[in-house]
Amino acid sequence: MSSSLRFSLRTLRRDFRAGELTVLVTAMVIAVTAMTAVAFFADRVGRAVKAQASEVLAADLVIRSARQIDSGILARAAEMGLETARTLSFPTVVISGESSSLAAVQAVSEGYPLRGRLLVAARMFGPAEEAEQVPESGTAWAEPGLLARLDIEPGDEITVGARDFRITRVLQFKPDQSVSFINLAPGLLINIDDIPATEVVRPGSRVTWRQMFAGPEKRIEAFAAKIKPTLQQDASIRGVEEAGEQINAAIDKAQRFLTLASLVTVILAAVATAMAARRYALRHLDTVALLKSIGASQAFVQRGMLVQLIVVVLGTTLAGTLTGYGAQLVLAWILADTINVALPGAAPDTALLGFLTAVTIAVGFAMPHLLALKSTAPLRVLRRDLPPPPLRSGVTYAVAVTALLIMIYLIVRDLAMVLLVSAGLAGMSLLAAAIGWILIRGLARFRGAAGVAWRYGLANISRRGAESVVQIIAFGLGLMVLLLLTVVRNDLLSNWKDSLPEDAPNYFLINIPPEYWTGIADMVDSELGTRPDFLPMIRGRITHIKGVPVAEIDFSSPQGAGFVRREANLSWSARLPASNEVRSGEWWGEQYSGAMQVSLEQGVARSLDVSVGDTIGFNVGGEEFSAPVTSIRFVDWDSFQPNFYVMLSPGEVSELPQTYLSSLYVPPQRRDLLNQLVRAFPGVTVIDMEVIIGQVRQVMDRASMAVQYVFLFTLLAGVTVLLAAIQITRDERRFESALLHTLGASRRKILQGVAVEFIVLGGLAGILAALGATSVGWLLAERVFNLDYTISPTLWLSGLFFGSAIVGITGTLATRKAVNEPPVAVLRDN
Amino acid sequence: MGPSGAGKTTLLALLAGLDKPTSGRVWLCDEELTALDEDGRAQLRGRHVGFVFQSFHLVSSLSALENVMLPLELAGDGQARRLATEALTGIGLEHRLSHYPKQLSGGEKQRVAIARASVTRPRVLFADEPTGNLDTASGERIAELLFRLNQELSTTLVLVTHDRTLAARCDRVLELEAGRLVA
Repeated sequence: MSSSLRFSLRTLRRDFRAGELTVLVTAMVIAVTAMTAVAFFADRVGRAVKAQASEVLAADLVIRSARQIDSGILARAAEMGLETARTLSFPTVVISGESSSLAAVQAVSEGYPLRGRLLVAARMFGPAEEAEQVPESGTAWAEPGLLARLDIEPGDEITVGARDFRITRVLQFKPDQSVSFINLAPGLLINIDDIPATEVVRPGSRVTWRQMFAGPEKRIEAFAAKIKPTLQQDASIRGVEEAGEQINAAIDKAQRFLTLASLVTVILAAVATAMAARRYALRHLDTVALLKSIGASQAFVQRGMLVQLIVVVLGTTLAGTLTGYGAQLVLAWILADTINVALPGAAPDTALLGFLTAVTIAVGFAMPHLLALKSTAPLRVLRRDLPPPPLRSGVTYAVAVTALLIMIYLIVRDLAMVLLVSAGLAGMSLLAAAIGWILIRGLARFRGAAGVAWRYGLANISRRGAESVVQIIAFGLGLMVLLLLTVVRNDLLSNWKDSLPEDAPNYFLINIPPEYWTGIADMVDSELGTRPDFLPMIRGRITHIKGVPVAEIDFSSPQGAGFVRREANLSWSARLPASNEVRSGEWWGEQYSGAMQVSLEQGVARSLDVSVGDTIGFNVGGEEFSAPVTSIRFVDWDSFQPNFYVMLSPGEVSELPQTYLSSLYVPPQRRDLLNQLVRAFPGVTVIDMEVIIGQVRQVMDRASMAVQYVFLFTLLAGVTVLLAAIQITRDERRFESALLHTLGASRRKILQGVAVEFIVLGGLAGILAALGATSVGWLLAERVFNLDYTISPTLWLSGLFFGSAIVGITGTLATRKAVNEPPVAVLRDN
Repeated sequence: MGPSGAGKTTLLALLAGLDKPTSGRVWLCDEELTALDEDGRAQLRGRHVGFVFQSFHLVSSLSALENVMLPLELAGDGQARRLATEALTGIGLEHRLSHYPKQLSGGEKQRVAIARASVTRPRVLFADEPTGNLDTASGERIAELLFRLNQELSTTLVLVTHDRTLAARCDRVLELEAGRLVA
């Protein structure tokens, strides 16, 4: 072993034991943990989805349509020797005794699923087994969520429309179940032969037919090519490749977001690393000077530092990746209900990202300080007052920050986003620095407010002004995000709830055939004393925009592309609905009955890049037509009134197949009315808004918990910045407290001064965090959600409390040792 | 010899090549120090020079033995451990080999420092106030040791001191005042 290697390893070991490296190593481990935790998790979810992609379809090829598939296509599949199966799915309300619930019913034919397996159990949470067949006629298999909502178990009866079914199995997994973040309606599987008896499916009902095919890849390809031109306009065809795309996009988005959140952690950790490395370098000036005075070359010093750096990088990569692995288990646990998919094990190559993080931080933020040591003047052995070698770190830091951003960019793959977030972060830090500075300057006035400990503490904050500002920002940033996600989020939610009118509709009725109008209106009128309105609902697809088929349009917004891909709900009306305002063009008059016109909601118009005067082509139930856009509307979605993105003018439109939609406010004590409604009018679907809001809220809670968790690392990184700053001032503090001791100050008094310093520092960070969270909350409320924002005292109190408590306790504990050293030993050292 | 600020340490630094003169040239062991770069001077020191400092300057992360091994290792000597052990044994510190600097007394620290300075058998041994941080008894023992090594290793000992009795034991005494040689 070369002498420099041996020397540097020995030094490293002793420094590590003596705690000289604790802050540096902790900061780097936190950075690696934050990055790898997100990466491990995203990778696992990504692979789970990919592995399922072929199963997601439950077949090799699926034709999806609102109508039954042409029998010619089936004949052709049979000719080519392909397996086939058919499913029909629709949301509806199912009833059992006094309770009812929205359910996603899927009626399946013999042979389903063609790919993947159906897993069922004999009772709730019983052992899963593979189903050999589909449910027999008259029986149904229900997902646990549905059984729970209805409070029933296998063996009980359930009513779908006009037909009763006996639940025989608990449905635990079906290959084509949606891997979505919101599952509003738990699934129910029945036999497709029972559909006519339910009387639920009528012309214009919201149903989806899926015709499934499976067979050898080549034959499937040939088949797909053959049938594509003959498909009805409103049918879509999906192969294995397209299946996972949408889900992948959602996961991608989540990963990007969480990675950007980790960026803040990594940057704070880098700041702590730089501070700790500087302190480490300063502590080693004398040793390096000595080595050089007895013959060590610059290369020797440099090699030694590099060896230390390499060991630190390898060690922190290992430790950080292991904790990152542990941390992602927690993340997976938080989001388990939300992702709804079994995760495979973590991929070891994610550790590479941890290694890159460690290398970037070490090379960019620690190395400049360590390598500067090689130019230490050997003369220092005789003259300890020589200044340390100058550090040209400005450039290196810039390179390091760039390297970090490149790394983040490679994960996020959205330059604008990365730049925006970094610029935002830089701007916020500058603003925070300015505010921090003002706060610290403001402290001077309060110096005389209390005793000597108080004065000593405040004086310390002002004297180390620049460091104090860094600590306030580092800690304040993490705290701000956490306050935003907890207090501000809750405030916004309750403000929003308060802003809703008391009698805002809480139930929507859809799939109402025209012949039920009077019956439903009479029933509601006699029970609740109000007559509901009915709005027509037409299911259709946008086929052309400005004469160009949508398949040929390259939409700049993903919303636009998504909007034309799925079937849309259209409506028509003579009057402009109450919660709408025309923003451009003109609404057709109430007496209008001429050629068809279109009115678009402004968001959709923007995402489709359509303005007044453009024509849009539609396909409704196989019938094609086109019409000009004559108005663009603003819609107040918060009104909770039924509203539509696309509205058509009255007249010809009444010829199209359609059902009706209505909304009701049903007081809680009259919920029984809904059961009566569903029993009397089978096929009408009741959507309970409270259940939906509850579901959305649950998903939001989970998601924000995951984000909070990721920002917890930011808070930890903030603490390491604090510790690094304390470490830098340790020698000074030791000397000062020794001096104070000799001047007669008790240990208690000195410690009180230290506690005051950190409690006030934490309080300032808390004020900064509360200020930031309030501003962001206000911006969100005013600009995004159109709500009145009230400043919350909880926010300020929690900011102050948590800031003071965390910084006060950590700071005092970390400094205690320096204060407690016997003054003689300290003064003699100096 | 000379009062504080007379330039003793500056002269020592120039002689050992720790610093460069603003004008003039310095030779050490037949080589012109002023013509060498920093690494060249370090190499020369490694081969021919030993140092003893007022504040000992032991590496706190290394044991007594490791401190003494250091210059040998820097010079690539394969016998470092044996030679260092001998050197420490020679000055009566064989029971302190694995102790770390903070476990040693002031006098012991300075003896380890002297062992480190002499273990490479340097031609010149520079000592900067070697007894300045020690009590009288320890100081005397250290002075004893330095002069003994001076004899045994036939090393040139260059001593910077305030102490007239110590100076009196030297073969030649130069006195500095305000940067000039006065005697």
